[in-house]
Amino acid sequence: MIIRQLSIFLENRTGRINEVARILAENGINMQAFSMAETADFGLLRLIVPDVDKAVEVLRAADIAVMVTDVLCVNSPNVPGALSAVLEKLAANGIFIEYMYAFSDGDSANVIIRPNNIEEAVRILS
Amino acid sequence: MIWNPNKECMSREQMRELQGKRLQKLVQYVYHNVPFYRNKMQEMNVSPEDIVTIDDIVKLPFTTKQDLRDNYPYGLQAAPASEIVRVHASSGTTGNPTIVGYTRKDLAVWSEVMTRCLTAFGVTRDDTFSVSYGYGLFTGGLGAHYGVENLGATVIPASTGNTEKHIRLIRDLNITGIACTPSYALYLAETLDKMGIDKSEIGLRVGAFGAEPWTENMRKEIESRLGLKGYNIYGLSEIMGPGVSYECQEQNGSHINEDHFYPEIINPDTLEQLPYGEQGELVFTTLTKEGMPLLRYRTKDLCTLMDGECPCGRTSVRMGRIVGRSDDMLIIRGINVFPSQVESVILEMPEFEPQYMLVVDRVNNLDTIQVQVEVRKDFFSDDIGSMLAMKKRLSDKLKSVLSIAADVRLMEPGSIERAQGKGKHVIDKRKLQ
Repeated sequence: MIIRQLSIFLENRTGRINEVARILAENGINMQAFSMAETADFGLLRLIVPDVDKAVEVLRAADIAVMVTDVLCVNSPNVPGALSAVLEKLAANGIFIEYMYAFSDGDSANVIIRPNNIEEAVRILS
Repeated sequence: MIWNPNKECMSREQMRELQGKRLQKLVQYVYHNVPFYRNKMQEMNVSPEDIVTIDDIVKLPFTTKQDLRDNYPYGLQAAPASEIVRVHASSGTTGNPTIVGYTRKDLAVWSEVMTRCLTAFGVTRDDTFSVSYGYGLFTGGLGAHYGVENLGATVIPASTGNTEKHIRLIRDLNITGIACTPSYALYLAETLDKMGIDKSEIGLRVGAFGAEPWTENMRKEIESRLGLKGYNIYGLSEIMGPGVSYECQEQNGSHINEDHFYPEIINPDTLEQLPYGEQGELVFTTLTKEGMPLLRYRTKDLCTLMDGECPCGRTSVRMGRIVGRSDDMLIIRGINVFPSQVESVILEMPEFEPQYMLVVDRVNNLDTIQVQVEVRKDFFSDDIGSMLAMKKRLSDKLKSVLSIAADVRLMEPGSIERAQGKGKHVIDKRKLQ
């Protein structure tokens, strides 16, 4: 399914990620998953939270550069080969993956995928 | 509108005659009242009788900021202390501040020249005008203040700081004009956005912007965000304060109040006077000043002078935009770089906020320049590739304008410190070593 992810632009500055974590904590927003992509001078923090709108509101109020991006969340059994099967299907249909990250929770695993064509990816996997 | 057509539209011949007479009188005055000038003239073998026409000015000694510091606090003052009614001081970031004393007549001249500026910008007695230069030792606040009063408009002495309250006053008192630094004008625009007030809800129509060099792109940015027309006003505390020169409706250079401040352009290395049209260092002689008159004061500001008729009807010499200050100029790996060059590149690109900071350093004996720039909220992307492409577009443009490579740092919006007075755009770490 398509879910909304927070993408946060961060300068490479000590303590900056902590500020984001602190603001979310103060507002009782739990982080379900995140990934950090970095270049030499800035980073992009990608976050999955339960209440996207509230998170955007509190982060913007603190002058944090946050945007919302649609990503694909694929739930699969937490067994060897499950991810490979998903990726195989996407590749076979010419879908390119810009980035992905995953988190597992006991028996099931969730993979967050940002494909180059999200609607097409949904159609292929459903 | 022209406040004083007798002076502002004087024929060139009459003006030169007036300037010659005033210079003669000035030289007599400083020779007999300021030992610093008497000694300098004697060293150069020049006596007051050698000065007959305005062209004889080239025989006179220059004055530098260092001379003002060396003669701190009152060494260059010509009028007796009993005649001084006000003192201003320039920001002395290094060494002694510069102290300038004004007589009652000096203040009257200052109000007059300020009023000429405001009238040229289209301000009338029907306007309500906010003076948002800092009040205090800095000349901007009080200088503009008395000009507005002299004109007969209503002055709101807002000064700087407490920007949200100021914006509410602009809206509630229907303030139509504002004098401040261009940096502060941008900060006002930003605060307006933050408060969720649209520019159509405020009635600002005229801005008198000065006290720091700014670019044509910055003017467009301020005009579109505040919904006003912005005019350049130039001045410096050593000479008077704001009101030395001003733009008219043509906005083709700034008319100099040259019946009071005689301008020259010199080559800063050879000190030779340069003809109109050539770029060099701007030099002023205060033709009528009593408190602290200065001969050929070197401003360090780099620009050109233009003569010729202006369609507005004024005949005075105009100065082009300040392209930089000879002491603002950064020498990076032997190449001259002005912060204004970087500014004009950034302002041309909609991806970035009009805020930037240059950080200069020396790493392994090689100068480095880093350009920190804020990405506008609408231009962020979740795609690293497009963010890097944005960074590269700016690096490429900077490279072509500056002829050296600059390391671009993309910053979060709001992270570069905002100036309420003069903008600060350079951190030169090389000087700290």
